[in-house]
Amino acid sequence: MSRLIRMDHTGHSTLAEWTQGDQAAYEEAVTAFRRELDEGYIGVVSEGEGRATQVRELPADAELVIMRRPIAGG
Amino acid sequence: MSEAALPELAAVPWRRRETDHTLRVRARLWTLTMVAHVVPFCVVAIGLFLIEPLSAPVGLIALAQAWIIPGLYAVRGANTVKPRGPRHDAAEPVAQGLLGDLLGHDARELQRRTGLALERGELGTWLIGERGALLVAPDGRIVHCFCVSASDDELPPSDRIAHLLLALRTDEQGFATVANHAFAGAPWRVRRRLGRDARPALSAAVRVARASA
Repeated sequence: MSRLIRMDHTGHSTLAEWTQGDQAAYEEAVTAFRRELDEGYIGVVSEGEGRATQVRELPADAELVIMRRPIAGG
Repeated sequence: MSEAALPELAAVPWRRRETDHTLRVRARLWTLTMVAHVVPFCVVAIGLFLIEPLSAPVGLIALAQAWIIPGLYAVRGANTVKPRGPRHDAAEPVAQGLLGDLLGHDARELQRRTGLALERGELGTWLIGERGALLVAPDGRIVHCFCVSASDDELPPSDRIAHLLLALRTDEQGFATVANHAFAGAPWRVRRRLGRDARPALSAAVRVARASA
């Protein structure tokens, strides 16, 4: 089961879930992913300790895709 | 499609990308700044005493300045990782769970005790706080302090840390470039200005940095 989550004021919200082969669920997840990108979120795939990759399209095979806000120097 | 560089770099096009070399230069400049603050006051104190021993109280004031001014810079550095802002107690356990999933066992335990997440990187050993980060250089002799945070004030503390952690893991040099460099100095200078809970995290980071040097 793959998940698309967004870090927000609730801790995090699950936006979509899909499994390999469930194209309809994946398409819904892609729609949710693009909506978050449009709102200024950044998509990140956590690849275990020490590694993460920013993504601009939702990878179908990623276990967890996290939407985060931009960071800036304070 | 994936990208290696942080998109936030577009907001600071004038900055040179931070590297080992640029961080070493920053550390040297901070050392020179400290020397430039300390030496004149010490010279004044000693000179006055040699000219007129009765001026010792004035000399002591000069020595106090030599001690206090570098300390103020270190306070500025330590403040980058001090917890600030609303705690969001209702959302924090959920955010803590996600952050815990991102960290390894030891880093998770350390973060829960100290509020700082330890992360090994190419530039050194990082400690990520809610609104800033410390970077212990590979030899463990210098700690760089960075001011950086997520742009959403409504995030619970652990989500703020997770934001910085994911950005750091995506592009470490880009992360150091986007962040505002606030101070660089000896770990002992910063450690004594940290909150009591956070001090073990810096000690752990120094140990990790020295072990991996």
